[in-house]
Amino acid sequence: MIQIRGVHKSFGDLEVLKGIDLDVEKGEVVSVIGGSGSGKSTLLYCINAIEPINGGEIIVDDINVHKKNTDQNKLREKLGMVFQQWNSFPHLTVLENAALAPQVVRGLSKKDAFEIAMKELEHVGLGDKFDEYPTRMSGGQQQRLAIARALAMEPSYMLFDEVTSALDPELVGEVLDTLRLLRDDGMTMICVTHEIAFAKEVSDKVAFFHEGLIEEIGSPNEVLENPKKERTQQFLSKVLH
Amino acid sequence: MENYVFHWNVVFKAFPQLLGGAFTTLHVSVLSMLVGIAIAVLLALGKMSHSKILVMASSSWIEIARNTPALFQIYMAYFGLGAFGINLSPYFAVFSALVFVNAGYLAETFRGGFQSIPKTQYSAAKSLGMTTFQVYRYVILPQMFRRIYHPMTNQFVWSILMSSLGILVGMNELSGETQRLQSVSFRTLEFFIVAAVMYFVITKFVLLTSSLIAKRIFKGDIA
Ligand SMILES: Nc1ncnc2c1ncn2[C@@H]1O[C@H](COP(=O)(O)OP(=O)(O)OP(=O)(O)O)[C@@H](O)[C@H]1O
Ligand SMILES: [Mg+2]
Repeated sequence: MIQIRGVHKSFGDLEVLKGIDLDVEKGEVVSVIGGSGSGKSTLLYCINAIEPINGGEIIVDDINVHKKNTDQNKLREKLGMVFQQWNSFPHLTVLENAALAPQVVRGLSKKDAFEIAMKELEHVGLGDKFDEYPTRMSGGQQQRLAIARALAMEPSYMLFDEVTSALDPELVGEVLDTLRLLRDDGMTMICVTHEIAFAKEVSDKVAFFHEGLIEEIGSPNEVLENPKKERTQQFLSKVLH
Repeated sequence: MENYVFHWNVVFKAFPQLLGGAFTTLHVSVLSMLVGIAIAVLLALGKMSHSKILVMASSSWIEIARNTPALFQIYMAYFGLGAFGINLSPYFAVFSALVFVNAGYLAETFRGGFQSIPKTQYSAAKSLGMTTFQVYRYVILPQMFRRIYHPMTNQFVWSILMSSLGILVGMNELSGETQRLQSVSFRTLEFFIVAAVMYFVITKFVLLTSSLIAKRIFKGDIA
């Protein structure tokens, strides 16, 4: 599981996370919602140690993420992450994109790496695109590639940072379908999202972020249907139309 | 002029010497590129570093190289240093000047190529568990190489053409050789026409080879 305890994070003088506590159990889907700049992305970056933290601790399984002698590259093998911008590697084919990390990070043979990559690409519906170059594909396809690329590392957890917000509206559905598929596989996920209906449907827990703190957390029913806090109500009424 | 009679025979007899000159031209251009590339990497890193001194030193080199005529640089290396008792051979003077300019231009090319790779490529690769070395080796540098490949080819062609300034310090590259041969035979026009054709063939050959290689090694479709 992922345990986040009293995490503080600043960029210079700007305190972005002001004491975040959050537990994510194995198999759980946690959605994170909240206004722009409330620190949602920053939290994900802190979980996989792309950003250092200034206080508190984050424990993934039994790895203390920000402790001095933690092997953070090893940690990142457990945590798949997909970004708002899909960041395909444009010089590699779709198959090479998904096979690169299994090959160089996990040290698999080219054959084994390609096998895993093919399996994951088929899983996200890109079975007919192995030799295509990503820049020739739609945003939705590239985002599914990014998901397959992360899955090919066989991570225990997946972190999603607004993976649909840079997409044309008609491409959002195919990416959300892929996330549903992962949920059905039992993947543990943290999804930062603006898709409230989707969060309601797939989440076990929803956390509402406000100015670097979790303002309200609970089941989708509690937070999205019957929010207790005024700020949550305001936020929802703003984004729901 | 209207009754100028072309005499090609002399030129053909001297062809081996012209080829020798062409060889020296290629020699100095290739070497000045290789050394220029090595220094350019250092200059680019220096300019992107956090050390004020390194930034200043690299920027000065780059600015002077890009904003002064190659002719002056060759004169500086040959006559300028000569005045201080440092006597470079014509070859070495031209070589040094070309290295100086190549390094300055390529440093900017490298820096631009590096900065054109989005930072998010780095985080995406990192998030897959790659070490910093692996990120550069497999993700950043291959993309950067594509972007600097054609500018590097152009710089090489520029070096070939600029090495013709060797004529002014008595270097025996293609232009110097041509100058010498025409002055003893008085077939000025013929010699310079043949030399021009040779330059053209060499640079065309370089450009074509370079784009053939590019087609083979760059499979994706980013420029
Ligand atoms: N690398 C950085 N350097 C400095 N400030 C940063 C950096 N990254 C984020 N910030 C700042 O931290 C705050 C929180 O940013 P963050 O990206 O976590 O917000 P967010 O909740 O994900 O917002 P959004 O919904 O717009 O994505 C913002 O004010 C942002 O400007
Ligand atoms: Mg964000």
